[in-house]
Amino acid sequence: MLTVAVAKQRGAFALRVHFELPTPGVVALFGRSGCGKSSLVNIIAGLLAPDAGSVALDDFVLLDTDRGINVPPERRRIGYVFQDARLFPHLSVAANLRYAQKRAVGAPYVSLDAVTGLLDLASLMDRRTHQLSGGERQRVAIGRALLTQPRLLLLDEPLAALDGARREEVLPYLGTLRDQLAIPMVYVTHDFDDVLRLATHIVLMEAGSVIAQGAIGEMSLDPHLRAIIGPDEVGAIIDGIVLGIDSGTNLTKVRVGHGELYVQAMGLAAGTALRVQLLARDIIVSTQIPQHLSVRNSLAGVVTSIQGDDLDSDLVTIDIGAAQIMARITKAATRDLSLRPGMKVWALVKSVSLRGHSFAAPTPDSFKAAASAASRDA
Amino acid sequence: MMWLTPSESEALHLSLAVATRSVVFSLPLAVILAWVLTRRRFVGRTLLDALIHLPLVLPPVVVGYVLLLLFGTRGVIGSWLQSTFGIQLIFTRSGAALATAVMSFPLMVRAMRISLENVDRGLEDAARTLGAGPFDRFATITLPLMLPGILAGAITAFSAALGEFGAVITFVSNIPGETRTLPLALYTALQSPGAEHAAARLAGLSLTLGLAGLLLSEWFARRVRRMLGR
Repeated sequence: MLTVAVAKQRGAFALRVHFELPTPGVVALFGRSGCGKSSLVNIIAGLLAPDAGSVALDDFVLLDTDRGINVPPERRRIGYVFQDARLFPHLSVAANLRYAQKRAVGAPYVSLDAVTGLLDLASLMDRRTHQLSGGERQRVAIGRALLTQPRLLLLDEPLAALDGARREEVLPYLGTLRDQLAIPMVYVTHDFDDVLRLATHIVLMEAGSVIAQGAIGEMSLDPHLRAIIGPDEVGAIIDGIVLGIDSGTNLTKVRVGHGELYVQAMGLAAGTALRVQLLARDIIVSTQIPQHLSVRNSLAGVVTSIQGDDLDSDLVTIDIGAAQIMARITKAATRDLSLRPGMKVWALVKSVSLRGHSFAAPTPDSFKAAASAASRDA
Repeated sequence: MMWLTPSESEALHLSLAVATRSVVFSLPLAVILAWVLTRRRFVGRTLLDALIHLPLVLPPVVVGYVLLLLFGTRGVIGSWLQSTFGIQLIFTRSGAALATAVMSFPLMVRAMRISLENVDRGLEDAARTLGAGPFDRFATITLPLMLPGILAGAITAFSAALGEFGAVITFVSNIPGETRTLPLALYTALQSPGAEHAAARLAGLSLTLGLAGLLLSEWFARRVRRMLGR
């Protein structure tokens, strides 16, 4: 469990943050540029001193201003991947990695060979750092941070400086780390795509404060998130489970809540966790069992709430059993269908976005409990 | 060196020995002071900075005179050194090295400060998160990255030390074989009637040394830049 409760005043900007992350897990610190995300990770790393507060990782207290505890960064055992990689220019890739390895304390859980393998670094070892591409630099930086055998990995917008293709040189590796090493990560980003691909939890920040936090599934329907990413990007994010391949259509059958979806995915074994995103604008609501339609995917559920989204449309939340989805429909449709909470409906899914697979088993609801406890304290 | 006269050769060797000693002893102190002046904020920083730079703006003769007052046989430090360690600086080549070191010190510190200011502190932060303590960071990150400035400072100071005249002649006088470095030998030749040829040869020798120093410095700087990937 990572517990952070800190306050820092910087001129007119006030940072006041309280959040908890069950470990292992990947928490995305998400918010617009300048909301204090980077200051927060620097405080967790120990590079920036808060005015007051505490930071603790499990029973290891890193900072407690009341008790006068402030472990220096070099003894916190927190790996830090900077946006600009910060590889040492006077050392080769191999020497950069060994720099971290030599200074590691505690029982190593990941070897140089393992890191080299996980991040595909073998062919880069003899290079000088200025001979690397942006994506390669970040992979080396991640490997270097891992070799300190950290108890927590901080990533401060590691992909922000990379273009689309280069991002793909790094993102899959981060997924591998999450699934294979089970190392807790705090991932700072202002790009929602990163969140979709990696995060198990979201801490939403605005102007130095946490405005919402929770597991990604519930946060995907949060109105605060909608305000940041915009109505067209809103939609349920659900970690489904692959059931198998449908022999007739060659589509992959995925269990989502109590329903099933057919998606185009290659070679996923039954039992694999598959994250899907169902955008609210891609969902049609029907009050009858859908028939004679070109849309194949439908999920049965019960309306739990209807909120006005803007002047013309409503957001309808539908419980599909063990998960919730959201549909954006016109107010006229809400009226014509006489939609109200408790009604049984069918959600027709026009398209399903796949957001990565082989996620670790869904984390328990401890985060939700911790988050609500945290907001009570605050 | 067969094409030099014994006295020229003596002056050349002496100059090189004095300049080498001056640079070797002042280098560590210059690195520390450059770091303190760049990275630390403390009361008296401006005064310390001014004191270090004083030899740049003072007439060298004044520096020599102050050294005489401090390190002369009756000077505060000089008498202590004499009685405790039996070290005499006045009229010796060690004294010449001290005078040239004081004169060239600001040049050395300046070059190092510029280079230290260009060291990305983010890299030191990165080293911290990798488990490196303060001395570890300084030795493995800061020092190698400011190497261009250290080399530039050392070479500039060495060249300046070869040419230092006023402070040397004031503090340690003009003793053949002990303190008569190239510029002092040149001055002596100019003072002697009929030694115009000798003076010209010494001037040529100084010129060659200076040019070699500059070329060497440029070559070093390029190598280091390549090593650092710039």
